[in-house]
Amino acid sequence: MQALYAQLLVGLINGSFYALLSLGLAVIFGMLNIINFAHGALYMMGAFCAYFLLNITGIGYWPALIIAPIVVGIFGMILERTMLQWLAGLDHLYGLLLTFGIALIVQGVFQNYFGSSGLPYAIPDELKGGMNLGFMFLPIYRGWVVVFSLVVCIATWYLIEKTRLGANLRAATENPTLVRAFGINVPRMITLTYGLGVGLAALAGVLSAPINQVRPLMGADLIIVVFAVVVIGGMGSIMGSIITGFALGVIEGLTKYFYPEASNTVVFVLMVLVLLVKPTGLTGRAA
Amino acid sequence: MSALTDDSLPVTPRAMRDEMIVFAAMAVLLGLVPMTGIYPFFVMQALCFALLACAFNLLIGYGGLLSFGHAMFLGTAGYCSAHALKVWGLSPELGILVGVAGAAALSVVTGFISIRRQGIYFSMITLALSQLLYFIYLQAPFTHGEDGIQGIPQGYLFGIFNLAKPTVLYYVVLAGFLGGFLLIYRTINSPFGEVLKAIRENEPRAISLGYKTDQYKLLAFILSGTIAGFAGSLKVFVAQNASLTDVHWTMSGEIVLMTLVGGLGTIFGPVVGAFVIIAMQQYLAGFGQWVTVIQGVIFVACVLTFRRGVIGEIAHYFRRSL
Repeated sequence: MQALYAQLLVGLINGSFYALLSLGLAVIFGMLNIINFAHGALYMMGAFCAYFLLNITGIGYWPALIIAPIVVGIFGMILERTMLQWLAGLDHLYGLLLTFGIALIVQGVFQNYFGSSGLPYAIPDELKGGMNLGFMFLPIYRGWVVVFSLVVCIATWYLIEKTRLGANLRAATENPTLVRAFGINVPRMITLTYGLGVGLAALAGVLSAPINQVRPLMGADLIIVVFAVVVIGGMGSIMGSIITGFALGVIEGLTKYFYPEASNTVVFVLMVLVLLVKPTGLTGRAA
Repeated sequence: MSALTDDSLPVTPRAMRDEMIVFAAMAVLLGLVPMTGIYPFFVMQALCFALLACAFNLLIGYGGLLSFGHAMFLGTAGYCSAHALKVWGLSPELGILVGVAGAAALSVVTGFISIRRQGIYFSMITLALSQLLYFIYLQAPFTHGEDGIQGIPQGYLFGIFNLAKPTVLYYVVLAGFLGGFLLIYRTINSPFGEVLKAIRENEPRAISLGYKTDQYKLLAFILSGTIAGFAGSLKVFVAQNASLTDVHWTMSGEIVLMTLVGGLGTIFGPVVGAFVIIAMQQYLAGFGQWVTVIQGVIFVACVLTFRRGVIGEIAHYFRRSL
């Protein structure tokens, strides 16, 4: 039973990353109509940013949780202003291809300087150690990741679904011209939205740095699983991405316990099953 | 939303004549390669990728479907052929047949699943499916995991042509490429191809005209996957191995890049693109990981400034369709 709980916890942690990443993808897709293939590379940049902050400037984990998403978010906004905005009005597929190219560049540059092996990032002192819950041993850092990402997800959901800013954002997704006529600066909003989505990816990167090692390709394979999560969940709602992300992480964890051979493939198999039954995804609207 | 490919020019007899002239020139030039002293292995490899890119282009350029998982057909056919040749000891022609059959079966299944969504969702589904296959091949015993299937015997094609001789192998690969190319060309210019283009331009209207668009798309997907598999089987004879790199999704990205560089939706674009990218990898190999960065830069540059690709720009300049 110990092993089952441990795998469930691993599943929940992976689920947090899936949720944070697919949430960022959904936010970006809503405003820019672009599937951000660079999301995995930006997640990796978040982790590297935390690593640099610690090893060059001595800034530890807690400030990095705020600084890294901002730095990477600004990088994202520069990308949006210099490249992505020129694709407005073109077929969606060009956005996919452009961001794929950006991902290749970013990952290639990091691989050149840091090789493909992982760099260690220590767990901050405050979160070291573990708790005995009676039925299992809970490493505190892992518990923290799950709780913290859940809070961030709910906060993002609240921001977009319940606030005035979110209302403007959703309105701009529906009809940018009309929203512009109300005096809202839609291009700036698009840039900030991209920054927000990218920031979420970077935040996931910082969270994952102490668990998984910091590697240039850490986002490359993860992003494809996140794409499968997006297809299953269907990008329709913010809450949908969050729930699907966590749920799939847990299902993956359970598979690792009951039938480890399938743990790499279970998400993709689920995607196939969902597509056969409900092509629009679980919470999706028709494209 | 502007169309993905620039194919506004009508197909006229003049266009057909242009295309036949270019095709003949291409066939003659490629036929002369063994006499020039160019490293034939490089050209053979490029030919395999050119056929692969043409098959991919059939789907994106004429069906509007961007498959981001076409490497799965290359890899699957490669593994099937390699296994048939090495373990079962089949003759080359039967080995190719097994590979093509494997890719065809795979394309029926994956096509049925993926054409249920369009646009970027279609791309993401094909990508996820190819990653699913990657993990299966990583664990399946017959692929030998990370090692791949190596030392594949080349044998005698139809019992006559000795494929171990580079020149013979070259002409066999060239014949395979030209045959596949003509099949794609014929498909594009058939009534079936016209319906595909109609679906690409406006699917709801095609449906309202009574076309069962899903069947057309599925058929195009199967055709594309099967020809891609044929390219994968040919590649086994050139490289004499089948490995995981052929199934990995970065390979799918390279196929997209080749087609994009040459020109999406142009007939000769994928061929030019494949040669450019393979040559680049060959000559820039010394730069190590920087090749990835250069490929990324080409991707970005193509999408931002050069969307028609090499052949697309030339065709647009001369106002011809190529």
